Amino acid sequence: MANQNIIAFLVEDKPGVLFNISNMFRRRGFNINSISVGGAEDHVSRITITIEAEGRALNQVVEQLDKMVDVIEVKRLDQLRTVVRELMLVKLRTVDPMAREEALIHINSYHGLILDIEPESVIAEVTGEPEKLDNFLEQVKSIGVEEMSRTGITALERGRLKLKRSE
Amino acid sequence: MVEMNGSQALWTSLKKEGTKHIFGLPGGSVIPLCDEMLNHDLRFILARHEQGAAHMADGYARASGNVGVCLATSGPGATNLVTGIASANIDSSPVVAICGQVARELIGTDAFQEVDIIGVSASVTKYNIQARSAAEVPYAVKSAFHIANTGRRGAVLIDLPKDVTTEKMDVEFPETISFRGYRPVYEPDRREVEWAATLLARANKPVIIAGGGIISSGASSELVALSEYLMAPTATSLMGKGAFPADHPLSLGLCGMHGTYAANTMVPEADVLLIVGARLSDRTTGAISSFAPNAKIIHVDIDRSEIDKNVETVTRVVGDAKNSLQKILRHLNILRSNTATNEYWRKKCQELREVNGVSKTNGDYLKAPEVIKTLRRVLPRDSIVTTEVGQCQMWAALHYDAYLPRSFMTSGGLGTMGWGFPASIGAKTARPEAPVVDIAGDGSFGMTENNLATSVKEHLPVIVLILNNGMLGMVAQWQRLFYNHRYSAVKLERTPDFVKLAEAYGAEGVRVESYKDLETTLNRAIKSDVATVIDVPIDPEENVLPIVPPGMGLKDALMEA
Ligand SMILES: Cc1ncc(C[n+]2csc(CCOP(=O)(O)OP(=O)(O)O)c2C)c(N)n1
Ligand SMILES: [Mg+2]
Repeated sequence: MANQNIIAFLVEDKPGVLFNISNMFRRRGFNINSISVGGAEDHVSRITITIEAEGRALNQVVEQLDKMVDVIEVKRLDQLRTVVRELMLVKLRTVDPMAREEALIHINSYHGLILDIEPESVIAEVTGEPEKLDNFLEQVKSIGVEEMSRTGITALERGRLKLKRSE
Repeated sequence: MVEMNGSQALWTSLKKEGTKHIFGLPGGSVIPLCDEMLNHDLRFILARHEQGAAHMADGYARASGNVGVCLATSGPGATNLVTGIASANIDSSPVVAICGQVARELIGTDAFQEVDIIGVSASVTKYNIQARSAAEVPYAVKSAFHIANTGRRGAVLIDLPKDVTTEKMDVEFPETISFRGYRPVYEPDRREVEWAATLLARANKPVIIAGGGIISSGASSELVALSEYLMAPTATSLMGKGAFPADHPLSLGLCGMHGTYAANTMVPEADVLLIVGARLSDRTTGAISSFAPNAKIIHVDIDRSEIDKNVETVTRVVGDAKNSLQKILRHLNILRSNTATNEYWRKKCQELREVNGVSKTNGDYLKAPEVIKTLRRVLPRDSIVTTEVGQCQMWAALHYDAYLPRSFMTSGGLGTMGWGFPASIGAKTARPEAPVVDIAGDGSFGMTENNLATSVKEHLPVIVLILNNGMLGMVAQWQRLFYNHRYSAVKLERTPDFVKLAEAYGAEGVRVESYKDLETTLNRAIKSDVATVIDVPIDPEENVLPIVPPGMGLKDALMEA
């Protein structure tokens, strides 16, 4: 997450909004590393993106989002004052009992959950900061990763900080 | 609540917004709309191509300051509008485009004349809306006008499925509308204003660049007052032309690629540069590194995202130009700075104004700059000039003195050939009493000349002044100057006889070969009941000068070629 910046924003939950946002990113040449979207209350969705940009370029991302009619609130999150999580599902090849043993050890030490066990594979759920997920993947690479899916990060600021300006 | 169908709801809503004129061309999906239109007191101006309709709405908006409205059918009608919508939007002109759409149950089936115009127009509008029921129509219209005509203005598209226009529902008409995510800032922050004023008060060599924002917020008198208070020479961007009177002693004229010698010399020498309502495109700044290297830059804009986008500023003022300039002036008065003493700087401005670019020319053609100056002499002060795109546009920008806001209109951001003529028809609709002239190139005019039919039929007599060089002249100029004089794809050769062309449409056509004839013809054309096309043959090799070669700084302009 070193040179990654996190931007969180609230948008109107209506058709076409996600299209408009990704269209704007494409048109302005902004390169988004991860994006996660989820419903919030009151016909609002909350979107969290990570982006490799700094200085004026990063500022432009915030300003261009802010300018969009259907974007209600935008904020760059200060990483020191933000908790960040990502969820990952990984399917590991565990035909060999030794491999299975090893997989279970790793999953355990990353506080992962086992969601499915088949004769030839297991599916684990691991949550944490993106680096933790990267490390986990590194550890289990030799066992054999069949497939995996990551959600992209979601984030909340600590303490009294929040995205929505109080009015 | 009243029961009515979507078409009735549309026209009633438009009426409530004050719309009196619609520019457009119908088709299958808007037949119910057009039928219902007959029951309402609106003037429909029938264009001959939807692109023309959109430019007319744009010209109407720029001339009047009110929202321009255009209408097209679904599919090809809607896509034909796109160039016009994009041209209006990038120049912050308030236009509402209404497009027919196939019936709701057909959307997504690739039905006949179905185009996803919401998707297509997303990148070239400020906002777009599909009305999904008759009851949504008044909200769509209210939203469209609100968004198009507030904050930084722009184009908004409304997509209307055919069955929405025929279904009957209980509808209500909202008086106001608001969006959680859209709250334009008109009032500048006090601290920003004070800091800007402080920097200006300390300036020794202040320069102002005024953009289209001055015109859309009606801030010309504030601009003149500030410029005089600071004794700050004032340049304009292309969009800002008319914001500051060209005959004012502190006027520098146009800044940028085809800027005047005065503007392009003084902007880079400024110690404090105040930019108001301009977005500083590459055409205005030249190479950023030598744009204003020693200046503290202050940027005033209603669109926060424009500040620090292309040029790094020292301080910003986010707000409407009129409010912001008023507040800056007030604070300068509190500071009681005696900035108005820099004689040397003011004199320099006057001296430099005398310097002009000079093009080599052959034969005894009329010279383009002289043609434009003759036009200026003949036209009353409050006339309107629109332009096409190319050399003609830049000659107009350099040599046509605009004294009033909304008296000079051009496709600045997009540089759309074919814009000027339909825009002039729109402007004439808004201000029928004013002479309206399109300064045209032979290439550009060809793109939308079919609107002569509209001009004649609708009794909107405008003047088209063609600087006829038989060339796509601006491209040819680049090929002469930067590509070793190798002409490629620029010789028009078989342009029509514009005199006969005009006559074929029932307009007047005149070819002019002396300045004296030009004057007489213009004087007659101003009084004519039909459009007049004036064909002025000029030297195919005449250059627009100065020109800053691409990638170079403002001070590197070529003055002779
Ligand atoms: C729609 C469109 N197509 C192409 C261009 C590129 N272009 C810019 S200027 C120009 C030549 C314009 O020719 P003309 O209207 O005769 O004006 P001139 O430069 O000769 O005065 C061209 C082709 C453009 N600006 N717009
Ligand atoms: Mg030409």
